[in-house]
Amino acid sequence: MIGNVVFSVNGPVVTVQNASDFKMLEMVYVGERRLIGEVIGITREKTTIQVYESTTGLAPGAPVLGTGAPLSATLGPGILSNIYDGIERPLPELMQMSGAMIDVGANLPSLDEEKQWQVTLCVREGETLEEGQIYAVCPETPLIEHRCMVPPGLRGKVVSAAGNGLYRVKDTVVLLEDEAGKRHELTLCQKWPIRTPRPIGKRLPITMPLITGQRVIDTLFPIAKGGTAAIPGGFGTGKTMTQHQLAKWCDADIIVYVGCGERGNEMTQVLEEFSELVDPKSGQPLTARTVLIANTSNMPVAAREASIYTGITLAEYYRDMGYHVAIMADSTSRWAEALREISGRLEEMPAEEGFPAYLPSRISQFYERAGMIRTLGGKDASISIIGAVSPQGADFSEPVTQNTKRFVRCFWALDKSLAYTRHYPAINWNDSYSEYADDLADWYAGHAGRSFLARRQELMGLLHEENKLMEIVKLIGSDVLPDDQKLIIETAKLVRTGFLQQNAYHPADTFVPLPKQLRMMEVILHLYHGARDAITGRGVQKHAVALSEILETGIFSRLTKMKYEIPNDRLELFDEYDAEVDQVLQAL
Amino acid sequence: MSIELTGLSEINGPLVVLEGASGGSYDEMVRLRLPDGSFRTGRIVQIEKDRCVIQVFEGTNGLGLTDTSVTMTGRPMELALSPELPGRIFDGAGRPIDGLGPLFSEKKADINGKPLNPVGRVYPLNYIHTGISSIDCLMTLIRGQKLPIFSGPGMQHNKLAVQIVRQARLAKDDGSKFGIVFAAIGVKNDVADYFRRSFEEAGVMDRTVMFLNLSNDPIIERILTPRCALTAAEYLAFEQGMHILVIMTDVTAYCEALREFSSSKGEIPGRKGYPGYLYSDLASLYERAGIIQGVDGSVTQIPILTMPNDDITHPVPDLTGYITEGQIVLDRSLDATGIYPPVSVLPSLSRLMKDGIGEGYTRADHSAVSNQLFAAYAHVQDTRALASVIGAEDLSTVDQLYLKFGEAFEQKFIAQRFEEDRAMEETLDLGWRLLSLLPKSELDRVDNDMLEAHYCPEEAKALLEQGSDVM
Repeated sequence: MIGNVVFSVNGPVVTVQNASDFKMLEMVYVGERRLIGEVIGITREKTTIQVYESTTGLAPGAPVLGTGAPLSATLGPGILSNIYDGIERPLPELMQMSGAMIDVGANLPSLDEEKQWQVTLCVREGETLEEGQIYAVCPETPLIEHRCMVPPGLRGKVVSAAGNGLYRVKDTVVLLEDEAGKRHELTLCQKWPIRTPRPIGKRLPITMPLITGQRVIDTLFPIAKGGTAAIPGGFGTGKTMTQHQLAKWCDADIIVYVGCGERGNEMTQVLEEFSELVDPKSGQPLTARTVLIANTSNMPVAAREASIYTGITLAEYYRDMGYHVAIMADSTSRWAEALREISGRLEEMPAEEGFPAYLPSRISQFYERAGMIRTLGGKDASISIIGAVSPQGADFSEPVTQNTKRFVRCFWALDKSLAYTRHYPAINWNDSYSEYADDLADWYAGHAGRSFLARRQELMGLLHEENKLMEIVKLIGSDVLPDDQKLIIETAKLVRTGFLQQNAYHPADTFVPLPKQLRMMEVILHLYHGARDAITGRGVQKHAVALSEILETGIFSRLTKMKYEIPNDRLELFDEYDAEVDQVLQAL
Repeated sequence: MSIELTGLSEINGPLVVLEGASGGSYDEMVRLRLPDGSFRTGRIVQIEKDRCVIQVFEGTNGLGLTDTSVTMTGRPMELALSPELPGRIFDGAGRPIDGLGPLFSEKKADINGKPLNPVGRVYPLNYIHTGISSIDCLMTLIRGQKLPIFSGPGMQHNKLAVQIVRQARLAKDDGSKFGIVFAAIGVKNDVADYFRRSFEEAGVMDRTVMFLNLSNDPIIERILTPRCALTAAEYLAFEQGMHILVIMTDVTAYCEALREFSSSKGEIPGRKGYPGYLYSDLASLYERAGIIQGVDGSVTQIPILTMPNDDITHPVPDLTGYITEGQIVLDRSLDATGIYPPVSVLPSLSRLMKDGIGEGYTRADHSAVSNQLFAAYAHVQDTRALASVIGAEDLSTVDQLYLKFGEAFEQKFIAQRFEEDRAMEETLDLGWRLLSLLPKSELDRVDNDMLEAHYCPEEAKALLEQGSDVM
């Protein structure tokens, strides 16, 4: 029988004529160089394949080989600290093989198959194993214990189990016999098709926040563990910066960082920075809990489309072990554009702005893979998704932003004008929202102190009030406002520069724990309340004080700098600020 | 390989269709022979069994269906490379046009290049001194960066590019070789000539490789020009160890050529008729900047693009901004008030500067000064808007100081002469002097120690009293 051969080539889209033995979403090898591709359409006459590598030089008549299996990720120890391309090929090995420039047709195992892991078996002969149950563990990095689980859909009796010791990922450690009497060899790794969500036990309600150490997020617009958030913003507004900050400091156990169609230098930066940065909790480098997926903008477009799914599959795998995983996708717009590009090559009927009609359903499917869940193995775990969106022309009404907004519950709108004043993170407090605030109220009351939410509310109120007043100020200037309104403007300014603005490069300011966030709010509001009493004559001064007198003392600009002056572990220093506020106000 | 086929089955704009050809492959180069014996080159852009769609670079005028012969070359488009490249001038498709004969090539390389493995990159850290205050202080250029100039028709982007080329030097000059690759993409003859003259005057011509596709040259060849230029740049940087600055002008013309090609191919258009893959296509150019491990050289890019109708949300500047590591935006109203270089400070940005400035690179106070200048100048814009409604007299005293600061900032800091090469120290000190026009309490982006060390209201006054000598 003559095998299947290429019929036509158009960019990454290749067709094969009169083939009947391909399955939808099957992975195939195209051409002599064995480029990796995936079947995306089948008709009686024609099979359409998208190829994940450059098709330059591919000619009609070149062989196409089916693999019989869908495009899958290999899951096992060795994923963490690694960096992969969009279809889970390890980039460091690729570099050893073909140098600094990526060659096509490199088929590499995703995991180091020679490396030996110190495995501890958790099952004995004769024991019955359920799907998702852990049968072996090994320390993958100093931070993370890797837990090998029975693949979903499989259950049975242990026929034999190896002893503890050193094993490679492909070594069989457990032999399992299912009810039908069929034997399955369990190794340290398993495969899972990237486009299929891994099964879970059940979904759980949202109960705790993902603490990020970023004040504007933790205090004003919190995201939950198992939640979804979008960061839309034009170029230069700091999407990537915010994603980096979250990847560095958020309190998830595992970080999956997907650089989807972004800059190569940025990925290099993440690589270098994360291996130098030390996790404050464990003293280990951040790479010990991070896996990077880098499909930079000049790498093949079809692999960009796959990179998001590869990332979320890795995240689900670690979630199933019982970890809290956060996945950063930067940027989902590039993924949507990859969909559009391939859809265009397939000559599908375009919907809005050339994007395919299935864009909203693809976006929702992706975000629905987040959640707080109970795993098949009975552990509580979560995936939180934080997706950056790069709207065309910074216009939030474009399809990707709009559709994303429908499926996320946390929206951190980045604002160009804030970025122009170098107010970072440039999250606009008027346009952003978090639907998790109510879900998390109990947690905050219990863990951050009862007053936290009240303070937060007051802060939000002030900012909202300022927004209204600024409309007037823009027309007639601030001089005509009465003192109490001017005080709102001054306090809001203090909130903006002293609280919301956060310096990622300042050692004391780059990560701020919740207690410090609370104390900062308290000091600011202490000044506000004191000043409000003073200007109305109800304060300790026994007479009404003009706001200008308070401003002249410089106390407002003093408080702006408290974020730099108090280290995270010396919160008692805030008492001095409180005292200073009292002193200044009393002296008037 | 060298079978010649006669006869085409379709001609449509820059595309021709050849049927009955066997042995062709996607992206392969072909040669078309006309009845008069002249040759044209083309590339297979779509292939379906024995039917090839070929894009003809020199245009299809004069081509006939029956008397054109096509030969497959079996190879993708390649550029001949040699250490002799510097000093030479080529056309947009890499053919020498300086009368010095063909290049004795050491090797050939596919002009599409290959994607750089992020693991193989070195994160760029060393800043390039340009001697232009606004750029050095506020959007520092880093070696290995891609920093485009967003301009508009009629603004002085070319002059600025020339000034950068003339004054650019590495902060820590380690004696390594510096070179320029210049790609003119659909620009006017005068512009190309201006660059050539300026390079000669600056004495860098023997270190410059030029690729010229002028506005009257074949449009489809424009798609090749930046690729040829970048292939040459990568060769000189990564194989000859040179530090290469690539100047490409005008990227908008490139995108228009791409749109023309796409529409003749009958592709579904995206925004403003540009093809949906414009982002990927631009990225395949811009991402060819950088430094790789174990090699001395580097590729730094300064693409220049003109924003149609000065609209920064137009797809070309918009997508460019999403790929490049910052942008230098020129402003028409500054240009109109006679300020050169008319750098619009607020929307401009350099993403790589944060790690390449400060202690050990420039000066410890650099990032504080630049942040504060940005913040203060942003407030100036608000104040000006307010002043235009209620009049400058009714502004608060602080806001009046801001107006004064804004004026001085534009006249003394942004503006500088074409020949003026300001040292980094000078630029930063000037920044502090301008900031000292404002009350201390307004400077909330700098910490107190720095403020004490650099705040100098007297010098600020002295600065104001100096006539505007820079103009």
